[in-house]
Amino acid sequence: MKRADAIKQITYAITDELVICNIGLPSKELYNIKDRNSNFYMLGSMSLATPIAFGLALALEETKKVIAIDGDGSMMMNLGELITIYAQDPKNLIIVLIDNGCYGSTGSQVTYATQVNLGKVAESIGFKEVHILEYTKEDDNLNLKELFNKTGPIFIQIKVKPGNMNVPVIDLSPSEIKNRFIKSIKK
Amino acid sequence: MEEFKITTDSSVAIYEGLKKAGINFIVSVPCVNLKKLLNLIDDDPEIKHVPVTIEAEGFGICAGAYMGGKNVAILMQNSGLGNSVNALTSLFELYKFPILMIISQRGSPGESIVGQVPMGKATTKVLDAINIRYYMPKTPSESLELVYKGWNLSKTSLEPFALLFEIRYW
Repeated sequence: MKRADAIKQITYAITDELVICNIGLPSKELYNIKDRNSNFYMLGSMSLATPIAFGLALALEETKKVIAIDGDGSMMMNLGELITIYAQDPKNLIIVLIDNGCYGSTGSQVTYATQVNLGKVAESIGFKEVHILEYTKEDDNLNLKELFNKTGPIFIQIKVKPGNMNVPVIDLSPSEIKNRFIKSIKK
Repeated sequence: MEEFKITTDSSVAIYEGLKKAGINFIVSVPCVNLKKLLNLIDDDPEIKHVPVTIEAEGFGICAGAYMGGKNVAILMQNSGLGNSVNALTSLFELYKFPILMIISQRGSPGESIVGQVPMGKATTKVLDAINIRYYMPKTPSESLELVYKGWNLSKTSLEPFALLFEIRYW
């Protein structure tokens, strides 16, 4: 299983959740696999996918669930966010860490997540709902739907192999991405 | 329009400006000069206050909260500006997000800690370099007005607006 396979399973499990997707290939892959107005694609500011999702989750006060699709390299750039989130305890936040053990958008340089298990880090911080999923086959069923229905904050780590889909850049402007996303919340 | 209240306290003036502006979501990394203001905010049930581990994280959280309908501000020391340049450009400038930045301007006249001086010298140059408008209120009544007008300008222009409070302000 690679990142794109995990993203596919996220899209199957999603109903009306809002999604904040990490910069680079993750956003391009999600856009290519299943674009929707309720997807916010990051085009810059590595490390802030989970904080953006968290701020949105707090603002919406449990009226809607928010999913952060983050990566191991990005998460390690701002590990403190997990501490803030644990302390604030947002019930409607789901963090999906797609852990491929490398900086997949910059040439697949190996990350320290190959030596330190970020799911265990989340557990040690105190997160109650930590789910570490390790599958090898492309079409293994991750049963994400069931996990998304739990009470947050939920931390789901999907371990995958390195590798990217061959996908074009996102042909939406940053303001288009933001404006249609905000509109989708107000519906 | 309601008249601005007359207050002489430097922290209360900022707080009243935040209330008048309708700010209801604040992230912070503390500074000793923000101590009283942080207490005022913590005592206000209408304001969601989220202390963060680093300023860039706070900017990310505020971008999300703004999309969720909140009026957002960050309380920070100017040293945190250096931690936030990429968030301010690659997130806030790129997507056009507003935020009111209440910044304790350390390294200004009256500073006793030498470590605060380098970032104190760099702060306005960094803000200029990334095209963020800022102002340094000199009195409580001026800051009350500028906090209110600063957020409205930020919300209208969809870009951050910073207020720098020098040591002598407090």
